[in-house]
Amino acid sequence: MSKITLIIQREYLTRVKKKSFIIMTLVGPLLMAGLIFARVWLEMIPEDPKKIEVIDESIMFKGKLENSKNLLFYFPNSTLTNAKADFYTDDYDILVFIPENIIDSHSIQLFYKKQPGLTTQDNIKNLIQNKLEDWKLIASGIDKNKLESVKTKLNVIANKLQKTGEEEKSNNEAGIIIGFVGGLLIYLFIFLYGAQVMRGVIEEKTSRIIEVIISSVKPFELMMGKIIGIALVGLTQFLLWVILTITITSVVSNTFLEKKYDSTTVVEQTYKSNTPTNVKEDMNKPDLGEVGEMLQNINLPVILGCFIFYFLGGYLLYGSLFAAIGSAVDSEADTQQFMMPVTIPLIFSFVAAQVVVTNPESPMAFWFSIIPLTSPIVMMVRLPFGVPYYEIILSMVLLVLGFIGTTWLAAKIYRTGILMYGKKPTYKELWKWLFYKA
Amino acid sequence: MDILTANNIVKKYANHTALDDVSISIPAQSIFGLLGPNGAGKTSLIRIINQITGPDSGEVLFEGTKLNQDHIAHIGYLPEERGLYKKMEVGEQAMYLARLKGLSKNDATTKLKYWFEKFEMQSWWKKKVEELSKGMQQKVQFIVTILHEPKLLILDEPFSGFDPINANLIKNEILELKQKGATIIFSTHNMGSVEELCDHIALINKSKKILDGNVKDIKKAHRTNTYEIEFTGNLMGFTNAMWAGYELLEKSQEGDYCKVKVKLQGNNTPNSLLQSVLPSVQINSLREVVPSMNDIFISNVNNSSSINHSIGNLTE
Repeated sequence: MSKITLIIQREYLTRVKKKSFIIMTLVGPLLMAGLIFARVWLEMIPEDPKKIEVIDESIMFKGKLENSKNLLFYFPNSTLTNAKADFYTDDYDILVFIPENIIDSHSIQLFYKKQPGLTTQDNIKNLIQNKLEDWKLIASGIDKNKLESVKTKLNVIANKLQKTGEEEKSNNEAGIIIGFVGGLLIYLFIFLYGAQVMRGVIEEKTSRIIEVIISSVKPFELMMGKIIGIALVGLTQFLLWVILTITITSVVSNTFLEKKYDSTTVVEQTYKSNTPTNVKEDMNKPDLGEVGEMLQNINLPVILGCFIFYFLGGYLLYGSLFAAIGSAVDSEADTQQFMMPVTIPLIFSFVAAQVVVTNPESPMAFWFSIIPLTSPIVMMVRLPFGVPYYEIILSMVLLVLGFIGTTWLAAKIYRTGILMYGKKPTYKELWKWLFYKA
Repeated sequence: MDILTANNIVKKYANHTALDDVSISIPAQSIFGLLGPNGAGKTSLIRIINQITGPDSGEVLFEGTKLNQDHIAHIGYLPEERGLYKKMEVGEQAMYLARLKGLSKNDATTKLKYWFEKFEMQSWWKKKVEELSKGMQQKVQFIVTILHEPKLLILDEPFSGFDPINANLIKNEILELKQKGATIIFSTHNMGSVEELCDHIALINKSKKILDGNVKDIKKAHRTNTYEIEFTGNLMGFTNAMWAGYELLEKSQEGDYCKVKVKLQGNNTPNSLLQSVLPSVQINSLREVVPSMNDIFISNVNNSSSINHSIGNLTE
C-alpha cells in the first residue's frame, strides 16, 4: 500500500471513529427530519372545536355558515347587548356580530374570551366573506358557475431560445432552490472541513510528531493525504445525512402519518415552507403533477455532477490554503491574521450568490462563476438558469488550474512552516518561504 | 567502509548560513557523535540526511550511492523535537508509523509484538498516548524508530525524558544494535555519554565543521603532557628539586600530604620528573591528566569562535 493511501486511511478512520462525528451524523438528520415534521405535526394537533355565537342582524347568514371540524356556529335569538352580557355565562368561545347593513359596511365585529388563532379568525372571515360574495353575485345576476369558469390561473413556461433555435426550459423554482441549496452546502462544507484540515496540521505541529512523519514521507504527501482523507470524511457525513434523512422521513411518515399525510404531502409541505417569497399560497402552490414536471425540467444529472465537481474542487482549492495556514502557526489562536484573506472570498461568494439568484445573466454573475475562488458557489446558483456549456467547461478548467495553483503555493509554505517552532511568522516571511529550495 | 559520506554540504536560509562546506564520513557499524553548540547546524545536517530538506550544494552518499527515496526505509530517525498523536491508541499509532517506513502489516505486527514484550509494555497497546507518562511515550517512540531495523540510526538527544534506569536500558539497546551491524549517529550535549558510547565524532560550530575523527585519536591529539602527582613530604622540597622544563600548574597541601599538577615541557618525560624529585619526597601516585570530551568541546568551540572573530576583525 502506498504511503499516501496509509495517510488517507489514518486521517479518515481517526475522524470517523470519533464520538463527535458519530453524534453529528446521527443528530444532523434527526434535526432535519424534526424540522420537517414539526411543521406537519403542528398543523395536525387536534384543536377543540370553537363554539361561535352569531348575532346576525342582517338575517342573511342563519343556517348558511357550515360547521366544520374546528368551527361550530350557533344562531340563538338574542340581541348583541344580551349576548354580550351573557357571554361569560354561556358556553361560547367567540361572539360574532353581523350588522344589518353588512352589504354596504363590509364589516363585522368579533368578541372573544381568549384571543383566537389567526387561522380561526381567517376561517371565520373567509366563510362570511364568501357568503357575502355569493349574495352579491346573485344580486347582480351573475351565475357563480360561469364566474368560476372564467377565472384563470396562468401558467408561465419560460423558455430560453438558443441561437440555434433550440428551446431550453429554465427558470423554475425547484431548480433554483436546488442550485441555491447546493451552493450553500458547498460553502458550509469548505468552512467546516477546511477548518478541520487546519486543526489537523496544527495538531501535528504542536504534538511534535511532524518531524517523525516527514522523515518517512514527503511533506506534500502528508498534506495531500490529510486533505483527501478529510474530504472523504465530509462526503461520508454528507451521504449519511442524505440517506438517514430520507429514511427517517419516510419511516416516520409511513408509521405515524400514514392516514392523513402520505410522504409526498410531507415533501410538498417542506417545499412550500422553503419557498422564499411570500406570494399568495393559493397561486403559488404547485400540485404534485407540476412538481414532477418541474423536476423533469431541470437537468438533474448535470446539476448533480456539477455539484460533486464544485463540491470537491472548491474544497481542494481552499483546503490546501487552510493547511498552509495551519503549518505557519503554533496554535489555533494565531490563525486569525492569516484566515482573513482566505475567508473573505468565501463569504463574498456566498453574498454574491444571493445577488446572482435575482440576476443570473449579469456580468457579475458571469465573472464570479468563472473565477476559481468564487466559482464553486456562484456557478452552482447559476446552473439551474441554464449556463452555456462552454462557460461551465471554462469555469471547471480554471477551478482545476486554481486548485493546482493553490496546492502548489500552499505546499511550499507548508513544508517550511511545519518545521518552524515558536515563531510568529509575518506575511513577509511566508513570502520568503515560497522561494526556499526544498 | 563508510555507510554515509557528506561532501561539501552548503545550506543557506534567507538570512543565515546553516551549513558551510561541511564534509563528514561515517564508518559503518560505529557510533558517530555529532556534536556542537545550540544553533551550530547539527539539525540542518540531520534533516538533509533524512531528506527532509535538500542541500543548496554538495552531495550525500549512502553506501556509495546518491541519497534517494529508497534509502528512507534504511534510516531511522529520532528527532529532538518529537511526539506522537495524543488521541491515538499506542498500538494503532505504532503500526501506522511502522508502515509509513515501508513495513508490511504482518512484519509490523510481529516486530511490534517482540519489542512490546521485550520492554514489558503489552498492556499499553490499547491505551491512548495521552494516558502514558513522558518516559513511557519516549519508549514507544524509541521502538518505533528502530522497528524497521534501519542500517543507519539517527538519535537526537535520545536519553532526554528517561530516568537513569530506562536511560541505561536504552543505552544497552543502542550498543546491541551496533553489535548487530547498525550504524548510529548520536547527537547530544551530554559529553559523558559521548565518551561512553562514541567511536568517532564531528564537532560543528557556527555552521562549520571544526573537528572530527576517532575519539581515541582526538583525545591523544589533545594531550597536554600534564601529570597529577600525589606525594608525602615537603612541597618546597618538591618544587626546588624540579629543574627548568617543568611548569607547576596547581598545588594543594594537607599536612605533609601534597597534590600537584605539573606540565612537562621540552623532551621531559614523567620518568625524568620522577628521577629528579625522588630523593626529596615519597611518591604516592602519578597519572596523566587526559582531557575529557567536555574540555575538548569547550576549548575547540572557544578557539574557533575567537579565530572567526579575529578574522572578522582583520577583514573589516
